[in-house]
Amino acid sequence: MNPHVILRVVAKFLIPLIVMFAFYVQFHGDYGPGGGFQAGVILAAAVILYALIFGLDAAKKAVPPAIVRIGMSLGVLFYGGTGVVTWLLGANYLEYGVLASDPADGQHYGILAVELGVLFSVASVMVAIFYAFGSRQPDLSDEDW
Amino acid sequence: MIPSVLILDITLMAMLVVVAVSIVRMRSLFAIVMLQGVYSLVSAAWFVSLDAVDVAFTEAAVGAGVSTILMLSAMLLADRQSKPLEMHRQVGPLLVVIVTGIALFYAIPDMPAFGDANSPANSYVGMDYIDRTTDEIHIPNVVTAVLASYRGFDTFGEVVVVFAAGLGVMLLLGLNGNAGKWRARPNGISVCSHALPSAQAARGESVASLANKRKTEKAAVEAAKDAGGQS
Repeated sequence: MNPHVILRVVAKFLIPLIVMFAFYVQFHGDYGPGGGFQAGVILAAAVILYALIFGLDAAKKAVPPAIVRIGMSLGVLFYGGTGVVTWLLGANYLEYGVLASDPADGQHYGILAVELGVLFSVASVMVAIFYAFGSRQPDLSDEDW
Repeated sequence: MIPSVLILDITLMAMLVVVAVSIVRMRSLFAIVMLQGVYSLVSAAWFVSLDAVDVAFTEAAVGAGVSTILMLSAMLLADRQSKPLEMHRQVGPLLVVIVTGIALFYAIPDMPAFGDANSPANSYVGMDYIDRTTDEIHIPNVVTAVLASYRGFDTFGEVVVVFAAGLGVMLLLGLNGNAGKWRARPNGISVCSHALPSAQAARGESVASLANKRKTEKAAVEAAKDAGGQS
């Protein structure tokens, strides 16, 4: 019998809500407080909670380290790539107005793309640091706490 | 009548001071990490009362949430207790803190009043962003507009810094915790150890045999003692 039944049940209930809240924070950042950084950290917190409750190996099966590694660099590339696209369209680096026929729409698309890059990068880096630290130590027994 | 916001602010600041002092006086790193999370959460509450919701959000998510966990896992790799410092090594830091504190108190009268329309933060470029965001970017949250559009270069730099931090940890420790270790996959089974297995086996054997030798010697001495006592 597992001693952490309550933790497991509550975590199973909470983790999907945490992920949903992360995406709400991400895509509602234009209208309320929030944005890529906060959403990325909340998304990483969901993965870390999963790892804390169900073990690091289960978390690594759900979010493999290879994906984390790719996500880290993909975020930076996405951000920088948005700038390169505006460059190719004839504007300054990261000047989003040219991304659509209406400059206001262009700003919307640009901010959305850039925030997505921030989300990928921050979430992956947080999970990566947790994986790196967590994998170095042997599993603790409950008495150690 | 004292405004209730002022009471709230003073209470939160007092809590921050109490938490900070107890962090300084503690030796258990586990308790210190937890109290740092409490400190972040209280500051987040204080930021909310200052109407800086975006900052409060970040402080609560990063400071109280993820960094507590990361500090905990870093602590598990190192010590659980901090060693007390000798008195003569505490004098220098104390002097620095006292001088900085006096300088900060000296600067307080020059600070603009809270919400002052003529303060530097409210008059130059900040006011410009607030005026122009609705026309130029068409989104209600000025903070997001400044972060992602007006100051897009800065945010790009921040993302690169976060990326560099992750890259550094990954290169030093490895995502699977096996950086700097010996690895091989004979017959499809992954093997990972601190040193070459042959070297480790040789060392382990010698250590084991040494321990065995010592045990038999001790047993022999004790047996001799027992025999002496009985006779």
